[in-house]
Amino acid sequence: MLGTLLIVFRETLEAALLIGIIAAATKTIPGRNRWIGAGIVAGVFGALLVAGLMDSIAQWADGIGQELFNAGVLGLAVVMLGWHNIWMAKHGAEMAADAKHVAHAVRDGRRELSAIAILIAVAVLREGSETALFLYGLASGGGLDLRHALTGGSLGLLAGAGAGAVVYWGLIRIPLKRVFDVIALLLLLLAAGMAGQMAKFLIQADLLPGIATPLWDTSAALPMASTLGSLLHLVAGYEAQPTAMQVIFYVATLTLIGLGMRWKRAPSLSAGLRTT
Amino acid sequence: MKLTLFALAILASPLTLAASTEFDLTIKDHRFEPTELRVPAGQKIKLIVNNLDATPEEFESHKLNREKVIPGKSKATIYIGPLTPGQYPFVGEFNEQTARGTLIAE
Repeated sequence: MLGTLLIVFRETLEAALLIGIIAAATKTIPGRNRWIGAGIVAGVFGALLVAGLMDSIAQWADGIGQELFNAGVLGLAVVMLGWHNIWMAKHGAEMAADAKHVAHAVRDGRRELSAIAILIAVAVLREGSETALFLYGLASGGGLDLRHALTGGSLGLLAGAGAGAVVYWGLIRIPLKRVFDVIALLLLLLAAGMAGQMAKFLIQADLLPGIATPLWDTSAALPMASTLGSLLHLVAGYEAQPTAMQVIFYVATLTLIGLGMRWKRAPSLSAGLRTT
Repeated sequence: MKLTLFALAILASPLTLAASTEFDLTIKDHRFEPTELRVPAGQKIKLIVNNLDATPEEFESHKLNREKVIPGKSKATIYIGPLTPGQYPFVGEFNEQTARGTLIAE
């Protein structure tokens, strides 16, 4: 039961953190709960579907279908995160400055919210499909007590969701002026980490060279299996022994989204003043 | 004729960047077989993991920087390396107590 709890907790954590941060980021946008909910529901159904189809996905493209699938899902998540962050750079300042200005961002916000729903759906889909597959294996294995597995699984899910809630409550306590910067930074790191993961799957599928493997080795100082190591991996994409290609993807994503945020921030402030 | 076959072989595998040596790993009763796998260092290898169990397993190794789910009763391909000489432990994440092994690059 403890094993099930831990595995489900670990798989749930990443999606839960993302949802917690996103929920805090979109707090002032009306109707955001519906979109977040829709993203979670779509993600769960997608995860069950993917788990059921895992046999055939694994056989695609000469046995590397799973890597291609994971890389694709991560790529989509990175694009949606980038969109969100650049959008926030444009509207975040106005929203923080005066709640009355929120109204004119709402029309734009609807499009942003559909991107958010897709982002949450793909995050839940990726983490959830492995969980579903694991639980499905336990159920079909027969040797294990299904009731214990379900209890462990539910507790793991609750613990993961709880961690997401803690992040959410922590973030919304930060003064509104600073909260957008903190959230933007968290999401930027998350996106860069996902891009690094994407590169890792493409290398594993032998579609990209690793270039230098590894570029550095900090596994003795800060192992991935340690609490701090896995936390940093989750939040900022930390790798103890990354390949150069992963680092290139990481830095490129950080730079591109960072530049996009900068580019959007300056003109939108004056535009905001004009319309009011 | 040989040339044609060679050309066909290249065309048939457009996804691989370079030829690599194959090694087999089997999962049975939530254990890896062999538990110690010796592979050459300094070259890319193709690891074929054959899961004989009915349940899925996740091959995971932090040191190899690899993770892959292998559904029950199926085979999966994992490209590894080129590795520097040394020991690379791996586990089956879904059954971490029993499913443990080491890749030795030399």
